[in-house]
Amino acid sequence: MAEPTDMDALTPYARSLGIHLERWEDDDTPVMRVEFDETVEGRPGHYHGGATGGLLETAGYALLRAELEHRDRSAVLKPINITVQYLAAGKNQATYAKARITKFGRRSANITVEAWQDDPTRPIATAVMNVLMAES
Amino acid sequence: MTGEELKFDPAEATKFFTARGHSGWLGLTYCDHGDDWVELELPWREDLLGEEGQRVLASGPILSLMDMASGMAIWRTLDEFSAIATLDLRVDYVRPAREGASVFGRSQCYRLTRSAAFVRGLAHDGDAGDPVAHIQAVFMKIAPQGPVVPNG
Repeated sequence: MAEPTDMDALTPYARSLGIHLERWEDDDTPVMRVEFDETVEGRPGHYHGGATGGLLETAGYALLRAELEHRDRSAVLKPINITVQYLAAGKNQATYAKARITKFGRRSANITVEAWQDDPTRPIATAVMNVLMAES
Repeated sequence: MTGEELKFDPAEATKFFTARGHSGWLGLTYCDHGDDWVELELPWREDLLGEEGQRVLASGPILSLMDMASGMAIWRTLDEFSAIATLDLRVDYVRPAREGASVFGRSQCYRLTRSAAFVRGLAHDGDAGDPVAHIQAVFMKIAPQGPVVPNG
């Protein structure tokens, strides 16, 4: 299992946005975290919807890569689509995100993701993504 | 749009919105607009790539580009700036963007109600006839005292 400091699984985009791995849950699900700073700011003092979407997507890819590794499979991940639901304004504090693989198919995966700030049971945004797992 | 006095000028507004924050970090710039649409440009950047080893722009920046272009399209259609919040945004990534190319995000506000704004749009890397992504989104207008209910 990867250490919490291991950032190899993150894309250059995610690293550039300041996303990092917060911890691994007991079920081997990565929790991603981004600090609030100007890089993610939209309306003053609030997250830009695109930055929140980027965090959700990153948490989805991180879990899918971990699952592929767990199954000893290698694949190039390609986005098919994402639908983001914005539930509450992201305020000027750290935001966390965690994904769940709803379906792990042979060629594609369906993933749901939630992002929260203070309380994991009160998400500020959720996403559903379909990701293609191409042969590498 | 020349010779017309716009209360909401997307070219000027883009300069304001991209002076700082997430849009500024992405380096978004204004391209073009019509009565109910706005197109913005996301320049190619090495640090916005997705999968390691692939020379492909990550999908996150396209989401941000389309969110911003959609907000601008709504304000252009309203012809004023007002507080709005993204409620729902769907992006279909139909093909990867070409390496080294800017990505252009064009969004159109096709329906405004008292409380909601409906938009659709596409992202392309030079030819709008061959998009890299299609989007659809709903934004809510934020009333001064807080959000209003859908269809209210």
